[in-house]
Amino acid sequence: MSASHTSPTANPQSPTYTGYLTGYVLAAVLSVIPFGAVMLGGLSTHAVMVIIGLTALIQAAVQLKYFLHIDFKHSPKENLFALAFAVVLVVLMIGGSLWIVSDLNARMMPAMGANMEMPQEL
Amino acid sequence: MGRLNWDALPFYSWVAFTGALVTVGGGLLVVALILYKGWTRKLWTDWLTTVDHKKIGIMYIVLAMVMLLRGFIDALMMRAQQAIAMGNEGYLPPEHFDQIFSSHGTIMIFFMAMPFLTGLINYVMPLQIGARDVAFPFLNAVSFFMTAAGAVLMLLSLVIGVFSTAGWTGYPPYSGAQYSPGVGVDYWIWSVMISGIGTTLSGVNFVTTIMTQRAPGMRLMQMPMFVWTALCSSILMVFAFPALTVVTMMLALDRTFGFHFFTNAAGGNQMQYANLFWMWGHPEVYILILPAFGVFSEVVSVFSSKRLFGYVSMVWATMAIAVLSFTVWLHHFFTMGSSANVNAAFGIATMIIAIPTGVKVFDWLFTMYRGRIRITSPMLWTMGFMVTFGIGGMTGVLLAIPAADYVMHNTTFLVAHFHNMLVPGALFGFFAGYMYWFPKAFGFQLSEVWGKRAFWFWFTGFYCAFMPLYALGFMGMSRRMEHYDVATWQPYLIFACFGAVLVLLGIICLGIQLWVSVRDRVALADTTGDPWDGRTLEWATSSPPPEYNFAHIPDVSDLDAFYEMKQTARTAPAPYEDIHLPASSVYAPLMGVAAAIFGFAVIWWIWWLAALSLAALVALTIARNVTGEPHVTIHAAEVAKIEGART
Amino acid sequence: MSSAMTPEAQPITAPHTSAHLEDRARTEQMGYWLYLMSDAILFVALFATYAVLHANSAGGPEASDIFEFSRTALNSALLLTSTLVLGFSGIGFAKGNKGAGFGWLAAAFALGALFVGLEVQEFAALVAQGASPQTSGFLSAYFALVATHGLHVTVGLIWMLTYVALLLYEGPTRRVLANGNRLAAFWHMIGIVWIGIYSVVYLPGILQ
Repeated sequence: MSASHTSPTANPQSPTYTGYLTGYVLAAVLSVIPFGAVMLGGLSTHAVMVIIGLTALIQAAVQLKYFLHIDFKHSPKENLFALAFAVVLVVLMIGGSLWIVSDLNARMMPAMGANMEMPQEL
Repeated sequence: MGRLNWDALPFYSWVAFTGALVTVGGGLLVVALILYKGWTRKLWTDWLTTVDHKKIGIMYIVLAMVMLLRGFIDALMMRAQQAIAMGNEGYLPPEHFDQIFSSHGTIMIFFMAMPFLTGLINYVMPLQIGARDVAFPFLNAVSFFMTAAGAVLMLLSLVIGVFSTAGWTGYPPYSGAQYSPGVGVDYWIWSVMISGIGTTLSGVNFVTTIMTQRAPGMRLMQMPMFVWTALCSSILMVFAFPALTVVTMMLALDRTFGFHFFTNAAGGNQMQYANLFWMWGHPEVYILILPAFGVFSEVVSVFSSKRLFGYVSMVWATMAIAVLSFTVWLHHFFTMGSSANVNAAFGIATMIIAIPTGVKVFDWLFTMYRGRIRITSPMLWTMGFMVTFGIGGMTGVLLAIPAADYVMHNTTFLVAHFHNMLVPGALFGFFAGYMYWFPKAFGFQLSEVWGKRAFWFWFTGFYCAFMPLYALGFMGMSRRMEHYDVATWQPYLIFACFGAVLVLLGIICLGIQLWVSVRDRVALADTTGDPWDGRTLEWATSSPPPEYNFAHIPDVSDLDAFYEMKQTARTAPAPYEDIHLPASSVYAPLMGVAAAIFGFAVIWWIWWLAALSLAALVALTIARNVTGEPHVTIHAAEVAKIEGART
Repeated sequence: MSSAMTPEAQPITAPHTSAHLEDRARTEQMGYWLYLMSDAILFVALFATYAVLHANSAGGPEASDIFEFSRTALNSALLLTSTLVLGFSGIGFAKGNKGAGFGWLAAAFALGALFVGLEVQEFAALVAQGASPQTSGFLSAYFALVATHGLHVTVGLIWMLTYVALLLYEGPTRRVLANGNRLAAFWHMIGIVWIGIYSVVYLPGILQ
């Protein structure tokens, strides 16, 4: 009996120790990079943020592949579709919230930036 | 006992006291009837502990009907108050009026429309795809009891304590602890959150059922339209409801533990509440409307005796609506003050969503075109919907223009608009479905005469009640006014109240229809299982269907699977086999009880009880997980006997 | 009329044949995966709120005052390693090697419990230094997000215990191993959410 048949994202290839270890090493490297960038300093804040964001996205993909065994060939189409929809909603909900609220902050309190403290005079 | 004491009883106004008496009295009457008739055992073994999707579906609809009555009484009281209260106080004190509009909205959305559509999907969808049950029958029962627990809290607020005065949307800072210190908003939060968790689980269940339990041969593009709309609606439940869970939880943390998500002080941001709430709230509109669209599609095709026109375009329109519903939420708060770019983007997205909806309306019209139309009661609701919904859609496109919205926001124009969408777009659809599938569920038809009377009262009542509100909105009347001083408004409001009375007559007709039909059930009996000359699989089995739905799982090769079967010759049935079904379970009702007690305890800050009931809930979940899913077997001989009785 | 109603015959497969079990496994996988996606959206709403409120410290402690680099790094390492060894445990049981299965499972539990312990300690320290969730919108959002994640880890730990009970009581049957696989998927999902937490909450906070 192969365990893969009952994993949430069935994949005909059984998971292996090597597969998990590969994922682990990749994930560890992709964690060390952003932590290192923050610890060592020297780069601009903007550059470090880009590094954090990119490594996070790649690491999420790595963990989906090696730990959750998501695979475009073998995982059921419905599950991939659900995942894709969730990713779209991540973008819509977080991106939308930031867009809406930053726009509002900029219009309402230009002098106070993102700080939401209400001016007393209003 | 936390903050619970004798002051919680509703002696603050005679109207509230009467409401509490009616609620308690109604409950006691039902209990007395059950005891008198000796139905206790039957109720427990056949209904409350069942995991059969058909019975769960019926329980959902019964819950919806009871809550419809409660929600409608709220509506009637508001209309009466506004008809009277010109230049005087009317008969309702302000804090009571505010509870009424809050509970009306909450009930109609969460405890009338949601259970109604969940009940219809539960009953019909597995039959239409030729399945024995939903994918997770036990989970289905849990979902129902979560919804019921929410409804119980909702009704309890009438008797112990008060309900929210913050409207069905519960906007902070007004709904925060500073301005609404009592238990009202907490009742709203916990009834909505607990039932919302049930809905999320229903969504998971339905999507999985539709994707994995279809009869052999039924491809996605051969699914009946109602199944498609159930699928899209369920996907929205899975992906939208978590936002509601989070936002209500945050409001609860603000209120109970002094967090600062949405407060005025200490860096809270009220607009994040509106933002999260409508991230759920707009998809919710389509969760309500899409299943009704599915009912209309089934009804219009059967009663025009034609295949549904433009099936493929209908499927794509449904999916487009489902995805687009996540891109328009800001139109609920244009007046928040975003820049022109933001408002324009969401305004345009809102208008775009009208396109797939328009596609659907044309598909229904073309289905009727040159069909042999039978004007039955389900068909009347459908045609009434098409006319009325068109008007509501147009006022919606008007509101989608941010500049126009600035004028109309928070007026009765808005109230008229969304009732104009949801009454025909959801409720008429549910009534059509109720009358269309009733013979399937109970083996006899509903009285057509009384069904048609109910329709005409609802239809005319709707126009009389809501058209004046459009005009009043233009005249500058804000929504939710407890009293007012503008004499020119009063005639409109009296006319609207008259409309509400017509709707009341419609509801009475629905009651009489049920009564008359049960009385005449022998004459109205449906022996064929196919009273309407149906086209989809649910009509292939007997009325009511046996516990196992189909003795042989049908093999599907066409969109209108049953219609095609009727055209081709019958093949000799293969020998019957043993059928395995999940056994009933006491866990689901117990979990519902634990959830209701937990909600009550948290609302009243009775922390020991909250901890106890939460522990019970966790223990029940683990126990069920460990014991697994017991099955019962219906032996082949018994199946043969049941099937033999059909002919 | 009604005799023509019988749909074309198609015998159903009795349960407990392998085809039926395959179907059932597929159904359960799908339902569980949908639940995980729904849970992910729950976190999305929490992340969105943190993103909106993160600068609203209202004169109280700010992110750079309270987040610790080494603690974040340690937590990340614990959770990632726990994810790895839980995967190993699943392979162990699937291969019929109970010793490996239980051993790795115990390791995963220990690492997860350590993570929760450290988080509780972190929260207690924050509250002690006046950075409680009642202090500001920023801290409310921070606690809500990180504690919801911590609560998921705790649920996972309780689940591990019931999984062990199932294994001892029933043995590694198909049903029990499926339960274990769902547990593993839950645990991996929590791991992925943690990537979001250190990338959105801790590292940017320390950076500022």
